[in-house]
Amino acid sequence: MNIRLAAAAVLSLAAVLPAMADDAGPTPPRARASLGGFAGNSPFPFQGGEAIYKGVCQGCHMPDAKGAVGAGMYPALAKDEKLETAGYPVGVIVGGQKAMPALGPMLSDQQVADVVNYIRSHFGNKYKDKVKPEDVKVMR
Amino acid sequence: MTDLPMAPSRRSLLSMIGVVAGSAAMYHAMTELGYAEGSTFTGPIKLSNPPPGTSVLVLGAGVAGMVAAMELRDAGYKVQVLEYNGRPGGRNWSLYGGDTYTELGGFTQKVGFDPGQYINPGPWRLPYHHQGILHYVNRLGVALEPFTQVNYNAWVHSTDAYGGKPQRYREVQADFQGHVAELLSKSTKQGALDQAVSKQDREILMAALKNWGALNENYEYAKSIEASNRRGFEVDPGGGLNSVPVPSEPRALSEVLGSGLWAAIGAGCNYEMQSAIFQPKGGMGMIGKAMGKELGPLIQYNAKVIDIKQDDKGVTATYIDSRTGGEKRTASADWCVCTIPASILSQIPMNVGGPMKAAINQLPYMAALKVGLQFKRRFWEEDDKIYGGISYTNQPNGTISYPMWDYFSKGKGVVLGAYAFGEPAFIAAAKPPEERIKDALEYGSKVHPQYKEEFEAGVAVAWHRVPWTLGCAGGWTEAGRAQHYDNLCALDGRIVLAGEHASRIPAWQEGAVLSALDAIERLHKRVMA
Repeated sequence: MNIRLAAAAVLSLAAVLPAMADDAGPTPPRARASLGGFAGNSPFPFQGGEAIYKGVCQGCHMPDAKGAVGAGMYPALAKDEKLETAGYPVGVIVGGQKAMPALGPMLSDQQVADVVNYIRSHFGNKYKDKVKPEDVKVMR
Repeated sequence: MTDLPMAPSRRSLLSMIGVVAGSAAMYHAMTELGYAEGSTFTGPIKLSNPPPGTSVLVLGAGVAGMVAAMELRDAGYKVQVLEYNGRPGGRNWSLYGGDTYTELGGFTQKVGFDPGQYINPGPWRLPYHHQGILHYVNRLGVALEPFTQVNYNAWVHSTDAYGGKPQRYREVQADFQGHVAELLSKSTKQGALDQAVSKQDREILMAALKNWGALNENYEYAKSIEASNRRGFEVDPGGGLNSVPVPSEPRALSEVLGSGLWAAIGAGCNYEMQSAIFQPKGGMGMIGKAMGKELGPLIQYNAKVIDIKQDDKGVTATYIDSRTGGEKRTASADWCVCTIPASILSQIPMNVGGPMKAAINQLPYMAALKVGLQFKRRFWEEDDKIYGGISYTNQPNGTISYPMWDYFSKGKGVVLGAYAFGEPAFIAAAKPPEERIKDALEYGSKVHPQYKEEFEAGVAVAWHRVPWTLGCAGGWTEAGRAQHYDNLCALDGRIVLAGEHASRIPAWQEGAVLSALDAIERLHKRVMA
């Protein structure tokens, strides 16, 4: 970092923004630890499947996991046969699908595994096999 | 080259800049709108007369759909519009006292504001260079008033600085700029910039830095009348006797840096947040209302589209009543302009080609939160002398914005108590509305201790729970745009898409207008070919 770049950056915020976009990609800088709401996106602060579901997922899939219908819909996760293959929910959470945003950048491998295991063993789902963080890692 | 003290790496500097520019800029980066791009609006569109009886079905009565419908109708097309909601406007929307809003999951809020009080859950700003939307605002006679983006007397607040006590934007801005100017002047004097700045330019640079940073004759940013003319005085100059001003003491550079508050002073530098900015009198929703009135019976409200089919003769949309379901009805036309958000459209059967389908399917919509809070009195004006504009906080509510109308009125006022994207907005969507309001009050009371005493009523809109968008705006990534954007916009048979998601000004109404104009221009060419 030389002074010239620093000066240019300070003097012309707008002009360097594309560099930021290039540099950071779709995942915004993780500066929020110290800067809070000024920044925006950072990992979700919840630990454990239930806390993650209640803290994030139920925003769309609803507290009872039965989804919701408007002009479009959010699918139910309750009694969901698509959850039989654990890789499916892992892939959707990490990579997104249609209206579902890719949450991979905002969740650790452990968090994805925990919430998938929680959903697959609650809301009328009774799948016994568990996802491990390593299983999530290979799907990123 | 000499490194600055505590020189950050390039990446962390760029990250900081994102932060300096505020959450709005972050949001732009998220949406891959890193670069400043002005409106390409060049004046009212002129379409020649189509063959008599040529018809167009417009899906969605938001800004894009209604602009398309107005212009196609004016050109002589037979136009019909289907709209899911019972009102025109789409995301051009204001929530007024007495309104009821039910989000997905059945959470219903009755807006407890006084008559005439409102918030804009969606767009709230009209930058001067968004000439497309401004054209329609003027054409329809919608009255505008100024929107204040930067208020130098508003607060910037961090829970980690000054014991959580909010600071004046003015002071942080002046101190940051002043110290940077002093540092650069030192480097210039020491010859550290000799490679970058010619000898001739060095003198000019020194003068410019002195001017820009309010430095004293020794090129220092110090306690002085000059600096106080930027950051404010300890004692303001007065009239008559005992009127001598007392300069204020700037904070030290390390204090400014360590406070993190520099993160909150850049938003107004963004092209879209530079003065002048406007807002419609009485709420952003006035634009949608005026467009809806203009189109009158051409709009079929409460129509939920469940199927879109095209063949070599025309396009047919099947729809049901969005409130009651009931029997399927159809609307047909020769052509179709579809402005249904991609998040919804990806769920509606539609026989378009693979490339357009893939483009629709890869576009999720982003999280956003807005909370409106009505207070019994305008304490931000009465106690803090803040008249409009925006305060920033590092808490999850992000933004506190003050009503930019009825200044100095003795009555009540509605504050935008939260405007957040990303993680805090996701988390808010997962909470019931009353908890979002409670959170906004809790965070806001750290900036304005008057909050809890004066609070009366609130409303909270988390955009992932909005039934007709499933998010606030198309969340393009750069890779996604490179691969899919042209395919999203291209005419597919008899169907063309429009909306902010089919523009390079995502989440702005200007994007919706320009997208609609571009779409109908191409459609018209095809019709006339």
